[in-house]
Amino acid sequence: MADPMRIRAVLSGDKVDVKVLIRHDMETGLRKDANGKIIPAHFIQTLTAKYEDKTVLDTVMGIAVSKDPFLSFKFKGGVKGGKLVVSWVDNLGDTRTDTAIVS
Amino acid sequence: MKLIMKYSLTILAILVAPCVLAEGSSSDEIAKYRELLADGNPAELWEMRGEELWKKKVSPNNVSLERCDLGKGPGVLKGAYVELPRYFEDVNKVMDLEQRLIFCRTSIQGLSYEQAVSSHFGSVGNPSDIEALVAYITSESKGMKMAVSIKHPKEMEAYEIGKNFFYYRAGTHDFSCATCHSSDKKRIRLQELSNLLNKKDAQKTYATWPAYRVSQGEVRTMQHRLSDCLRQQRFPEPKYASTTMTALIMFMAKNAEGGVFDGPALKR
Amino acid sequence: MKKIIITLFISLIVTGCVTATIQPDYAKAMLELLNKDFVSKGPATVERIVNQDSVQHFCSIYNKSRSEEMSEQITASQLKTIKYPSDENYIGNWEEGEKIAQNGRGFQSSDPLGGVNGGNCYACHRITKNEISYGDIGPSLYNYGKKHGNNEKVYKYTWAKIYNSQAFTACSDMPRFGHAGILNEKQIKDVMALLLDPKSPTNQ
Repeated sequence: MADPMRIRAVLSGDKVDVKVLIRHDMETGLRKDANGKIIPAHFIQTLTAKYEDKTVLDTVMGIAVSKDPFLSFKFKGGVKGGKLVVSWVDNLGDTRTDTAIVS
Repeated sequence: MKLIMKYSLTILAILVAPCVLAEGSSSDEIAKYRELLADGNPAELWEMRGEELWKKKVSPNNVSLERCDLGKGPGVLKGAYVELPRYFEDVNKVMDLEQRLIFCRTSIQGLSYEQAVSSHFGSVGNPSDIEALVAYITSESKGMKMAVSIKHPKEMEAYEIGKNFFYYRAGTHDFSCATCHSSDKKRIRLQELSNLLNKKDAQKTYATWPAYRVSQGEVRTMQHRLSDCLRQQRFPEPKYASTTMTALIMFMAKNAEGGVFDGPALKR
Repeated sequence: MKKIIITLFISLIVTGCVTATIQPDYAKAMLELLNKDFVSKGPATVERIVNQDSVQHFCSIYNKSRSEEMSEQITASQLKTIKYPSDENYIGNWEEGEKIAQNGRGFQSSDPLGGVNGGNCYACHRITKNEISYGDIGPSLYNYGKKHGNNEKVYKYTWAKIYNSQAFTACSDMPRFGHAGILNEKQIKDVMALLLDPKSPTNQ
């Protein structure tokens, strides 16, 4: 499995403020190395976030997203202690899932 | 006549003001951009990996780094970074954080020197263990004040050698560190230059390393920054974690005394 | 009482002598480290930095201020190094000059041996009207030709300043482009054109 994400989920009023830091090269497949060879594409294709089995975020990423992406979003209906699960899959089939508790 | 003068001056001031503002506002905008980004600093991912590496049992000796003494006792991380570089009795010399980590990786964990310094500057597909460890260890000094000592004669020696090197002009371009870093409010192209002889500037600047460098996509340490400075000064390559580098770091760390360390930071 | 005073006196002299002989020479210690702690790479050699020329050595020690006498000695010695153009033609092509001013490469450990060197003028100077990415370590050169005019005196001074800036300012931060072999005669002519050609964007 790939490197862990850092997820922070904080209840603020009636919304849960989620911030996710992701460790990923997000290589576009358009860059060349020092020898002129193309560096192979390696990027996250889909990322989903589920709160207690309900999908709160469903994304399609691509080569426009830069290295080590930082994701920030809010959703309603969460409570302190609730479980948030974030999951991504990349174009090479690598995947990562991490859980955070809403504080 | 006086009225015309008054209005002319006002109009002139209004016309001139935008030009003056334009020059200052680009650095203000960059500061705003940094503030917005600081919330999602990828360096935190390096800190997480560094914490894992610190606690990981590594062969051949199958021990972790948790007994490594960074100057405040074996395994004590809180506040260790802000007191480095410092004199270590067990090796009878002054070491900075990276030198000390290499020492612990070799003496405690049993790695060879080559293994301990391999991939010291990470690149795509080749993450650096040391950069992650430095990110973690420095984060444990977040919010604390820089407090290196030059009481021990070897610490004083390191400081003085660092100072001598700071002023040493050499190479094809006659550059020394002082060429760029000894005046207030100067910039090279559009990059502001810190005056490392000015206490406030030195405090602010020293506290921004290590940092996640967006242009590099990696957490970079002070050693990396110095290496890149020296390259642009037309100097040959400094050996990684050498005595000269530690001396220079000691000079800067002492000049930054009392400054609040806020790292790891985020830079372009 | 006398014995005590004599003993004290002698011990002071002894301590003084001992302290004097063990007074650390930090400059020397640093030089010894340079040989050990650096590795030559590409055009950047250990040999070059370990062997400062007299100006570099002097300016490293007297890094804050210098007496008028010392400064005059330096400017006089550096003025002697100036090599004026072989064909007495000072002005080249300003378009090439602009490229040289924009180019920050040359003589770095990351540069190829025998590559083309730039002057990196924009690192420190404002020059043309439209290039806003300029530094302020040196004075603005915008409208240089317009301000100073196009005559032999201005040409000679400007050439000499680029060739060896320390011919006028002892311990100047500006590299000695001609003297150090950073820019060749043709390149300096092109930079001269950038500054002095009335058609150059510097003078618009």
